[in-house]
Amino acid sequence: MPASITVSSHPSVQYLLRIGDTCLIHAQRLAEWSGHAPIVEEDIALTNMALDLIGQARAVLTRAGSLEAELGGEAHDEDQLAFLRDERDFRNCTVVELPRGDFAVTMLRNCALAIFLKLLWERLAASSDGELAAIAGKAVKEARYHQEHASGWVVRLGDGTAESAARSKAALELLWPYFAEIFDDDAIDDAAAASGLGPRWSALAEEWRAELGAVLAAAKLEPPAERAFRSTGKTGVHSEHLGYVLAEMQTLQRTYPGGVW
Amino acid sequence: MSDAVVMPLARAEPVTRERRERAWDVLRGVNDPEVPVISVVDLGIVRELTVEDGELVVAVTPTYSGCPATEVIEESIVAALDTAGLGPTRIRMQRAPAWTSDWISAAGRAKLHAYGIAPPGPVDRQAAVPLRFVARAPAPLACPRCASTNTERIAAFGATACKALWRCRACGEPFEHFKPI
Repeated sequence: MPASITVSSHPSVQYLLRIGDTCLIHAQRLAEWSGHAPIVEEDIALTNMALDLIGQARAVLTRAGSLEAELGGEAHDEDQLAFLRDERDFRNCTVVELPRGDFAVTMLRNCALAIFLKLLWERLAASSDGELAAIAGKAVKEARYHQEHASGWVVRLGDGTAESAARSKAALELLWPYFAEIFDDDAIDDAAAASGLGPRWSALAEEWRAELGAVLAAAKLEPPAERAFRSTGKTGVHSEHLGYVLAEMQTLQRTYPGGVW
Repeated sequence: MSDAVVMPLARAEPVTRERRERAWDVLRGVNDPEVPVISVVDLGIVRELTVEDGELVVAVTPTYSGCPATEVIEESIVAALDTAGLGPTRIRMQRAPAWTSDWISAAGRAKLHAYGIAPPGPVDRQAAVPLRFVARAPAPLACPRCASTNTERIAAFGATACKALWRCRACGEPFEHFKPI
């Protein structure tokens, strides 16, 4: 098994990993629906969205790896960053690694993440890093499309049958405590805001709440109360679920190092 | 500056221009692998051709972040230019400005239509700003087969990242729509 790589702890690299890893793990969970969605159109939709997110992750991880070299460290490519890092070195928000659950969980998570990512890409389009700005200029259009699609489903399910409404409510209760982590700032956000690399994620919280709140209201769903619980995936301390995601995602590259097709 | 420096450049320029013009002609024959009736030039993803240190550099802008055809397109471009004797060739990925379906040429739109894919309308930049939380009913689209506008969208996503699935109520046929983005 090839040795795991060690990635730069520079805050700019870490900021990029948070974005790239959130897209990558979100995509991995969405891709699990391939062949399992309730109708074929949604099977195609979910895997199409996964594809967009993997494309975004590839671009951002590539930039993170080249930035490592610019900062005087060892360069890493997108594959090394995706396949040769250990769990503690992944910087995705915990919410994207949770099991995909039922269709209500998947669509609510899609909706919340698409709104967040859209708001983030909008601001990153003005990043001081030209490459990140260029990636964002493309990704924002994709995130908008994802948001529209997922929002429509959240409304249909929440304001649907008794069964779909109950499942939507359960999905909201399950996911809600994990959303808070996204908007909790730390030194990485401070550094990104100071250098112009990107916004503090807390700066997106108000708009995110308003946009998601409008969807929930149309879906006749009540946002749950805030809780003290905080997940910590952005700092590398994950739920018990990420290890399984990585085991599946990394096994080929760890077993056949450098394997290509 | 002496004539000795200026002269070779002056002689090189027409050669470079001719190489670029021939390269554009070659690229008009390189089709998108997923929509094999439209060339990479008609699709608007070839942004620029330059010659740098004797290398022909093709600036390519991806349509979607995760478009799986990107690598194949790049290989096809290099292979076609090399076969035409215009190499050495190099691809330069140019992300900004982001590709928009507005860059598809008029000829490209006509080819899409003839192939049974409804071409994208102009990108509605206003609609992209205050996004609605319930998907708006898309504006009616003319069926590429019978031209009826009695059509409906079946799915927002289609067989490739760039298309959505529609059907025509008049002739009963499903068809694809190249999404405006």
